[in-house]
Amino acid sequence: MNALELAGVSYTYPQAPVPALRELTLEIAQGEFVVLAGGSAAGKSTLLGVACGLVPHFHGGRFDGRAEICGMSLRDHGPAALAAEVGTLFQDPETQVVMGTVRAELAFPLENRGHSAVAVARGVEEVALALGIESLLERSTVELSGGECQRVALGAALAGRPRLLVLDEPTSQLDPVAGDELLGLLRRLNEEWGTTIVLAEHRLERCLGAADRVIALDRGEIVCDAAPSGFLEWAHDAATALETPGATLVAGLGLTPAPAGVKQARATLRAAGLLPEATAPAVAPRHEPRRRRRRTPAASLRLRHVWHELSDGPAILAGVSLSVAAGERVVLLGRNGAGKSTLLRHAAGLAQPTRGRVERTGRVALLLQNPGDYFIHDRVGDELDGAGLARAGLGALADRHPRDCSGGERQRLALAIVTAGEPPPAVLCLDEPTRGMDRAAKATLAGELIDWSERGVAVVVATHDPEFAAAFATRAVLLADGRVLADSIPADLLSGGWYFATETARILGGHRGILTPAQALAELSADPAAVEAHR
Amino acid sequence: MNYLRRASPLHATRAGVGAAYCAAIVLAALVIPNPLVLGVLAVALLVAGAGAGAGGRVARSLYLSAPMAVLIVLVNALVSREGLTVIARLGDAGPLGQIDITLEAVAYGAKEALVLIVIIAACALASAAVDPDELLRSLRRVSFRSALTATIATRMVPLLALDARRIGDAQRCRPDPGGRLAVMRAITANALDRSLDVAATLEVRGYGSARRPARAHRPWSRHDLAFAGSALAIAVLALALRAPFAFYPSIHGSFGVRTWALAAAIAFAALAPFMQRRGIMR
Repeated sequence: MNALELAGVSYTYPQAPVPALRELTLEIAQGEFVVLAGGSAAGKSTLLGVACGLVPHFHGGRFDGRAEICGMSLRDHGPAALAAEVGTLFQDPETQVVMGTVRAELAFPLENRGHSAVAVARGVEEVALALGIESLLERSTVELSGGECQRVALGAALAGRPRLLVLDEPTSQLDPVAGDELLGLLRRLNEEWGTTIVLAEHRLERCLGAADRVIALDRGEIVCDAAPSGFLEWAHDAATALETPGATLVAGLGLTPAPAGVKQARATLRAAGLLPEATAPAVAPRHEPRRRRRRTPAASLRLRHVWHELSDGPAILAGVSLSVAAGERVVLLGRNGAGKSTLLRHAAGLAQPTRGRVERTGRVALLLQNPGDYFIHDRVGDELDGAGLARAGLGALADRHPRDCSGGERQRLALAIVTAGEPPPAVLCLDEPTRGMDRAAKATLAGELIDWSERGVAVVVATHDPEFAAAFATRAVLLADGRVLADSIPADLLSGGWYFATETARILGGHRGILTPAQALAELSADPAAVEAHR
Repeated sequence: MNYLRRASPLHATRAGVGAAYCAAIVLAALVIPNPLVLGVLAVALLVAGAGAGAGGRVARSLYLSAPMAVLIVLVNALVSREGLTVIARLGDAGPLGQIDITLEAVAYGAKEALVLIVIIAACALASAAVDPDELLRSLRRVSFRSALTATIATRMVPLLALDARRIGDAQRCRPDPGGRLAVMRAITANALDRSLDVAATLEVRGYGSARRPARAHRPWSRHDLAFAGSALAIAVLALALRAPFAFYPSIHGSFGVRTWALAAAIAFAALAPFMQRRGIMR
């Protein structure tokens, strides 16, 4: 019996003009680890919805074809019945936790299935131990961090020991450390419990190493179904936006096979004699704030010894001093809870320091994490005037409801809203702008930020995405526990770490601060004869 | 609506007993008319709040109850036609007639205000120290879906409050912030989105096929017994020995030994369970 079996499945959401899935036929065997790849609106989430029964039972719409999940027909079984065999984890940790305490949350699915009190208690203990969250059992769910919340939600999904686990971008709101921990857990579940994993993810470089198989979707159709290396070879020719940085680098050097992870890429480069000798960072990161910059006279934004201390609570910011010059592009990195968002709120005046002060030479535009929070009208055209819409490339969407726009379109609209008006902003701050974005949308956003900085606007972005940081930033600041740990050029900071490093930097061991495949190709191809000789 | 786990005897008590303890205090406030006993009850509640690690929360409930208490005293003084001891004559107020403020009306209003303060403080203590999930789970055997709906509503309140704050911040970031009505619309639309997300989560957790939960057998801890005994004692004392006090037409009541003994007994019953500190971590 397969974990998931689809035959000619097509599905159209209610009132949608085009189908989200078209004539899909596929089989996923028990125990497989499958990654779903594709751009925004490719059909990944819809396919996961089919696997857990939300499509069509919860969303409605038109469904054709045959789907069987763990031997149960989708026509006869809704999500509640399928929950006995399928665990589901969505993107947003907050909306997946419905009870007040962690213990109650883990017990909830078992109680729904009518298990005895003893069985519920045992199930809760076992899943908590398996995921290492036993210390959280008595905690209130409102006290959990994003990473803890996601682990608890995973625990609730696994409490009934499902045979199939479907996950929709579960790491998109997690920092690299928590994201890696979650992916490690999934790999362990797959290897030790034999749980079938189907995972949709934009940042493929994080998960391909664990996958047995990759299914790429485009406009609701399967365009590639292969092992990770086969998928990457296909992506190099047919969909470069899905190619991982490591695969781009190896393919750019004319080497094979396409690497599914850092280890494989290093092996390929080593075999070709192209892996730099030094595995330690060639350029040691400077782990001290750059004092010279703080005295820059043309600073658009200056934080002087800013503290943010909660009443009866910890200090979220502990004496942060930071100066950002006009036209500078700064990325803020750090774990969840490091103080990045709070720093941006202080920059924009949404929060007042309990000690210290913030100086600004002009308006600070701040785009918070959820662009939907900025919309107050029923039409895109009412949110912004015609000229503003045209500048944002959204003129054609004037009559659409803002909530009906795609994630990338919402982001652009919200960015246009906060930057509209006179005078133009002196500083533009963005908080986690790439959540749920595909690689193409990230590249577009990076280009827009560079345009803003070239117009003299200081850009400050808090992100967990090192690849995005490398694409746009001229300066990187690492925060931890509300303090600035490092303040340097991206080549220093993003090449020397384990977590806050690009895939290219990890492959090359931080060699010469190289961050992107393009930089690596320029460096390693300096001697084309040597490359050719090793092919 | 903001239950936080603490290491305290009240937190270590099963939710049903904790709720009964707070309900007994409310019952005492409603049936005892004597201001002395009510005052002692209010002080005992503050101490109980501190013993449960929620003293700040109980004290902050005064922000809500104090303005209402002042309003009760004022309104009762102005509208009450009873009482013999006139302390102020405000003259003719047209259709309302002659308004005289009497000492009895002011005292009765103050007593009702004290009752309100005690009730709100007891509710604050319950919300801080009684696990709503556990309480509602125990009600699920009676009415499964109603109890579950209440559980989710309990969870949604702080979530929607956070959303509202976040949307308010986003609106402040707009160069042309929307008016209050526009912001309210945005919050409402967001609440609908949130509800859909939570409904989808409930579906995939098997809520749609949920069955009545089996009865859980849990041994009674020393704290369960202590608070259950305390609740029973408070209720019996309040109902059996009411310490009568009359406000109209003139103030008649006792502040004698019997009243002091009742006040002390109720305070002791309310606070004694907090003296047991063994096994308070859960």
